[in-house]
Amino acid sequence: MPSAKPIQLILARQLASCLAMPILIVDTEGRLIFYNEPAEAILNQRFEETGEIAADTWSTLFALADEERKPIAQEDRPTMMALSERRPFSRTVWMQCGHRDWKHTSITAFPLIGEGGQFLGAQMVFWEV
Amino acid sequence: MQVTLWGTRGSLATPGPEMARYGGNTSCVGVIGREGTMLVLDAGTGIRRLGATIPESVRRVHILLTHLHMDHIQGLGFFAPLYRPGVEVHVWGPGSSTLGLEARLMRYLSPPLFPVNLSELPCKLVFHQVPAGVGEIGEFRVSSALVCHPGPTVGYRIAEAGGGVLTYLPDHEPALGCLRFPSLPRGWTSGAELAAGADLLIHDGQYSAAEYPSHWGWGHSSLKQTLEFGTMTEVKQLVPFHHDPGHTDEDLDRLMAQALEEAKPGYRVTPGLEGTVLEV
Repeated sequence: MPSAKPIQLILARQLASCLAMPILIVDTEGRLIFYNEPAEAILNQRFEETGEIAADTWSTLFALADEERKPIAQEDRPTMMALSERRPFSRTVWMQCGHRDWKHTSITAFPLIGEGGQFLGAQMVFWEV
Repeated sequence: MQVTLWGTRGSLATPGPEMARYGGNTSCVGVIGREGTMLVLDAGTGIRRLGATIPESVRRVHILLTHLHMDHIQGLGFFAPLYRPGVEVHVWGPGSSTLGLEARLMRYLSPPLFPVNLSELPCKLVFHQVPAGVGEIGEFRVSSALVCHPGPTVGYRIAEAGGGVLTYLPDHEPALGCLRFPSLPRGWTSGAELAAGADLLIHDGQYSAAEYPSHWGWGHSSLKQTLEFGTMTEVKQLVPFHHDPGHTDEDLDRLMAQALEEAKPGYRVTPGLEGTVLEV
């Protein structure tokens, strides 16, 4: 059985399950612990089938490039920035999953911080522009 | 441990002849360990009668609050040991992101809502903020975790050394936001780790299945969900608790029978009647 999740992550997952925007939730180590149905279309796989995905695996599922189409390094991606600096990050990028077309996408990632400053992970929202 | 239900009603004290069997006092459960350690779970109106049974010789009592909604703290000012010099009363409960437990409680235990200030009480009051992982209280190992209910709310898992496990989740809506309940694994279900394999689970069962949809987000469960939660967490005995103030004894008997008939749980279910004493 996976470890018990804090209530904030449970509620974040339940909210994400009810929203039509693609949402990813990662734990403090960057492990992808949940993605909702709209995000399944981006990742081209189903959460029910993959379950949780290690940080170094899920981050290779899609490519990100800046506005000038230069690749964005893993450590500069919004989620990694939100995890490492524990503050929100938002940027517009070009995104490609597999061999599909590049899409102009806004990505917002923000840390999840509980009472007493407890760091719980981060959440990422995609928005096609 | 010996567990006594001193108040099983939810939301509002509800005295009256039609409520006499299940009881009208709000949440309060007394727990006495093998070595005599005394825990009081929540300080609803049921705590007044409990306090009256505590002998003068008892010098230390622990009150474990799940949250600070009025039905869980209203009896606190009427708890006799608070007025005994030399008695240590340890109060455990959640603070908020801006206020500690003591400051939050003082909002009620101070004029104009209550005539006596916390600072005027003759006992020695000690506050402990939860959730705080796992800790020892006498012969008990107590863990707490935030659970799904409006505002900071915890549930407790109380394990007696060499004895049984009691889980107390009086106000809990694990089904909130779930498209289907129960459908997620335990790790993704509020309160499930606290309840897993418990010998006795005291759990919110405020609504009927028909009433629940019009009360989404209020922080409570239907009897059906409570029974499903008990199955999912593989408890050995369940006490549905925190009865809706609008439900009479007759209503509760009927709702309980219907829910049991539909769910057919594979564990023992004991309706939460005020005055019930259970051995764990």
